[in-house]
Amino acid sequence: MKPVRSIQSKTVVLPTRDIDTDQIIAARFLTTTSKEGLGKNVFYDLRYNKDGSEKSDFILNKPDAKGCGILVAGNNFGCGSSREHAPWALLDYGFEAVISTEIADIFRSNSLKNGLLAISVDEQTHGWLLENPGVDVTIDLESTSISLAGDRTVEFGIDGFSRHCLLEGIDQLGFLSQQLDTIENFEETRSWKP
Amino acid sequence: MSNPTTLFEKVWADHVVVQETADIPAVLYIDLHIIHEVTTPQAFSVLRANGLRVRRPDLTLATLDHSTPTTPVTTFKDLLVAGEGAANQVRQMEQNCEEFGLDLLGYGSGKRGIVHVIGPELGATQPGKTIVCGDSHSSTHGAFGALAFGIGTTEVGHVLATQCLLQRKPKTLAVNVDGTLPAGVTAKDVILAVIGKIGVDGGTGHVIEYHGDAVTALSMEERMTICNMSIEGGARAGMIAPDDTTIDYLQGRPRSPQGSDWDTAVARWRSLRTDDGARFDKSVSLNASELTPMVTFGTNPGMVVGINEPVPNSDDASFRKALDYMQVESGKPMTEATVDVVFVGSCTNGRLSDIEEAARVLEGRKVAAGVRMLVVPGSEQVKADAEARGLDKIIEAAGAEWREAGCSMCIGMNGDIAQPGQLSVSTSNRNFEGRQGVGARTVLASPATAAASAIAGRIADPRNYS
Repeated sequence: MKPVRSIQSKTVVLPTRDIDTDQIIAARFLTTTSKEGLGKNVFYDLRYNKDGSEKSDFILNKPDAKGCGILVAGNNFGCGSSREHAPWALLDYGFEAVISTEIADIFRSNSLKNGLLAISVDEQTHGWLLENPGVDVTIDLESTSISLAGDRTVEFGIDGFSRHCLLEGIDQLGFLSQQLDTIENFEETRSWKP
Repeated sequence: MSNPTTLFEKVWADHVVVQETADIPAVLYIDLHIIHEVTTPQAFSVLRANGLRVRRPDLTLATLDHSTPTTPVTTFKDLLVAGEGAANQVRQMEQNCEEFGLDLLGYGSGKRGIVHVIGPELGATQPGKTIVCGDSHSSTHGAFGALAFGIGTTEVGHVLATQCLLQRKPKTLAVNVDGTLPAGVTAKDVILAVIGKIGVDGGTGHVIEYHGDAVTALSMEERMTICNMSIEGGARAGMIAPDDTTIDYLQGRPRSPQGSDWDTAVARWRSLRTDDGARFDKSVSLNASELTPMVTFGTNPGMVVGINEPVPNSDDASFRKALDYMQVESGKPMTEATVDVVFVGSCTNGRLSDIEEAARVLEGRKVAAGVRMLVVPGSEQVKADAEARGLDKIIEAAGAEWREAGCSMCIGMNGDIAQPGQLSVSTSNRNFEGRQGVGARTVLASPATAAASAIAGRIADPRNYS
């Protein structure tokens, strides 16, 4: 995995609460056997009309949204299905980070393993981000802080191990594989066998 | 005397290979890994690219369910009913299982079915196990007192390669349901009421333990319906302590322990319960006696009302957006809505007792003109058991479709979908926008409510169809 140290971008705001992973990438796009190419289908039913034309009022279709790498979303982003296709699709589309007051557990776990920075901030900061779409934001993973339009800085929480893996570009499978002797020992010595 | 601990804490502690620290999550051992065709292809690719094998094929249970059609399949051509991508995914799964030495419970096995239906049915799901699957409804298996949760595809790769996961210990949420369920009110209504109470993020970061008189009175299949939807309240896992009901269910199943191993296992299972005085991080209570059949009115499972209650009102933008999508008005009950499609099935309500519950309502009645009703067994075994009881005949005589096992219209990626604008009363678990097809409007309900609605042609109270 490519290391992630800091992300600097304008934000795009999707204020709806409880955006589920079916909204992010619909099930009909999961009939794939690779991770690539899902970005064209991200938020498909929000982005496109039935005839395939763009919905002009959807935020990602507005000219200002082009090139924005940070998505600010309503509370409980990524709830529902465990499909890792959701972060794959967001990354493939060009997002590097998602900010909300709360990120659903499985989506967050999946995102951080793929280099999509899914982070929660306090309600006040979130409210400010919702009210100021398109601002320049810098997320610094080293100091776990977000610089808001250059005039103030707030901290965000992230699991220390995930942060370390992101900063160093560490593949967690490699880390787990180093524990194989301990895992074998556990299997041999546990009090019952599955 | 050690500190009193919860059921979850006992199962967690029993599987910690390496203790977590501030810097590193726990290495948690996984006793059963269930895999299916949709969330594993990319994980097998990682194994292949790194020259890794599946470390414990004996602890891996593989099947086909999500992208399989619910029409009969004997050749590859039959799979194309679900689309070319879906058919290729099934073929890829068959090839991956062959290449990595996994026994696939696929076509021709007689044991194929929804991941969360076949695990329990085979007796592979057992108290005290850690169980994962690349599917968020893995919480289902917690009904047996297992710690079971959904994982992403990267983690599927971790388990295939190491049989372990890196996990932070979650918090605990106690959901207490006391009282007696009134007639016509089911486990599905209980869990919808729970989600309505805690909200779709009320369980985020937590493992739920369900307890109380109303929970212990439930059958295993009903307990599975409850635990299944824990994720709809944001909790990755939901658990119920094993008891006689659990042990009776497991006795004699193909993968249950046999002979003296059975006695040893039962003794261990009986110790799996929350100690008196053990603390939960949060707790909520419901009185089962006050519940009625529940239906959803919005676009997430927390937007739920009693079947005769008016849909609530709010100025919140997300709430208004949901009601607009559903074409539902505040202040009116859901029973005014006309129904186009009814779906009975899924990992939530696709077991034998669910099919029986629907058939009881359908018997001697007809599905209303213009309503399409699909009844989809959760597994090939459920299908065989239902047919042995003549339920297929009752269902077909009522004018409903009796189909092959699979996830079907719960997920809309296998050819079974509702059309844009159609209202679907569904026994599945998610009423998200477009979940059952682009523009389809989903109302979640119990099998009895779904069947009553099929007959009435509008959303109907099952207590009027007993």
